[in-house]
Amino acid sequence: MSTPATDPTPQAVHAAVPSPQTGYRGTKVRRQRVRAAWTFLAPMLVALALVAGWPLLRTFYFSLTDASLSDTAGAALIGFENYLVYDDGAWYGLLTDTVWWNSVWNTVYFSVVSVSLEVVFGIIVALLLNAEFKGRMLVRAAVLIPWAIPTIVSAKMWAWMLNDQFGIINHMLMALGLIDAPLAWTADADLSMWAVIMVDVWKTIPFVALLVLAALQMLPKDCYEAAEVDGIHPVKVFFRVTLPLITPALLVAVIFRLLDALRVFDVIYVLTSNSTSTMTMSIYARQQLVEFQDVGYGSAASTMLFLIIALAVVIYLYLGRRQLGVDQ
Amino acid sequence: MNQYQLIKLAKRVGLYALIAVVMVYAIFPFYYAVITSLKPSSELFRVDFWLSSLDFGNYVQIFTQKSFVRAIFNSILISFSVVIIALLLGITASYALGRVRFRGRTTVMLTILGVSMFPQVAVLSGLFEVIRALNLYNNPGGLILSYTIFTLPFTVWVLTTFMRQLPMELEEAAIMDGATPWVTITKVFLPLMWPAMATTGLLAFIAAWNEFLFALTFTLTDDQRTVPVAIALISGGSQHELPWGPIMAASVTVTVPLVVLVMIFQRRIVSGLTAGAVKG
Repeated sequence: MSTPATDPTPQAVHAAVPSPQTGYRGTKVRRQRVRAAWTFLAPMLVALALVAGWPLLRTFYFSLTDASLSDTAGAALIGFENYLVYDDGAWYGLLTDTVWWNSVWNTVYFSVVSVSLEVVFGIIVALLLNAEFKGRMLVRAAVLIPWAIPTIVSAKMWAWMLNDQFGIINHMLMALGLIDAPLAWTADADLSMWAVIMVDVWKTIPFVALLVLAALQMLPKDCYEAAEVDGIHPVKVFFRVTLPLITPALLVAVIFRLLDALRVFDVIYVLTSNSTSTMTMSIYARQQLVEFQDVGYGSAASTMLFLIIALAVVIYLYLGRRQLGVDQ
Repeated sequence: MNQYQLIKLAKRVGLYALIAVVMVYAIFPFYYAVITSLKPSSELFRVDFWLSSLDFGNYVQIFTQKSFVRAIFNSILISFSVVIIALLLGITASYALGRVRFRGRTTVMLTILGVSMFPQVAVLSGLFEVIRALNLYNNPGGLILSYTIFTLPFTVWVLTTFMRQLPMELEEAAIMDGATPWVTITKVFLPLMWPAMATTGLLAFIAAWNEFLFALTFTLTDDQRTVPVAIALISGGSQHELPWGPIMAASVTVTVPLVVLVMIFQRRIVSGLTAGAVKG
């Protein structure tokens, strides 16, 4: 960053501060730059504190109170009663609520299944887009369309296609002879989770495919030429060469998708509303907060959701710190 | 034609067939929404794979509805405001994070990354209180404020990666000439950052345009809704009698601008998405 020729800092300070960039430390320009940096960061940090930091702390606090939506100011502290309380010979609270644990299970199930499917299909689409063919740019743009469509709209479009009486999907399946009677995709408890997964997979394959494609395009060509000369089967080349090389990009895509899936809300809200067979943690928490107006209990659910996702983030940062280039 | 050529041809055909399948899979739901929206309600319940009629009745119906037009206006207002705020705060913050080395920079970067992974529901009750305290409940201002939670971290993150890639000589020259950091940003970096800002602005716009949870929770009356909420709440006589024609017409209306944007700025969007995730 700097030429040390104009650096008046004595050698001793260099030794005390083992950063390679200490050249400016102590100079007027350096001080001015650091001051400017914090000045520039201040508005953003204030904005984030206002919309993220403070509300999060308030949610934690509310989870320890009996606050209701109409009166959040007059809430009284009740300790951990929203989470777990022993009363009259039985345990109550969020941690004993079977509906909550059901929604936790639904969330995990939804996340694991949909992200796995997205990764598999995302890789296939990326490999296709990486091939040489005419009209590649057009196909690439077309594949992006599901990603750009608002989640609400894609949920509605699929709800219409999955309509039990007039939906085109039942129509096609019956024409092919795969089913005898129309299926109630969004109402049937056994099918609705799969309907939700289907929509989510459709919408997010493009994202995974694009990240994988970006990684594929950076692969060295010579490995493939060598493999071709040696007559190795393309499938083997994929598993032995391509897959290990794109794994870092794949891990990033998986984590981004997993964090998104764990907080899924809109697609489920529109497709199956508050049905317990697809209820996720976000749906549960919002229902408690807004519909039942129980801010204390809902905040406890939100806090649990936050902790689960925070755990995932911590693991992610621990594993992928170098890849993220934070310490570049 | 020998065997080798035959295999090559078969592979070629297979490739194009697969591409066709992927194309149909990606486009069909949208295509089907378009043809449904152009059907009169009497034909709605007959399954057609091709455009069978050209009836704009559904579009007339939604555009004569005052609350839907109002929702489009709200969405446009909110999305543009969110983009402007995110870029304004993002460009200065990314200069600080991308060009200046100072203690605490890694902490700030990790904080931003952490915020970008916040589940929206986790801040819902706290944010509700903030918005009510600022008197922004049921008001576009409340949504503009709350949307910075997901647009700002992302914008800062991507702009910082772009900012880092710019050559140092530019800045050194500016420093030698005695330019202040503010002048350096506006006169040296801003002209070079336009492509990156267009990309992040576009992605922030799409995110704000599509947002649902906050829009659903922080608005109350029909004239303050955004388009996704308006579409989600279109209802008929009962749960089983949804007016699919108007719903599809509304869906197509709000999606067409996005599809056009994606078609035009495809390369930019891809570079922005991958910069946010891969290089970030």
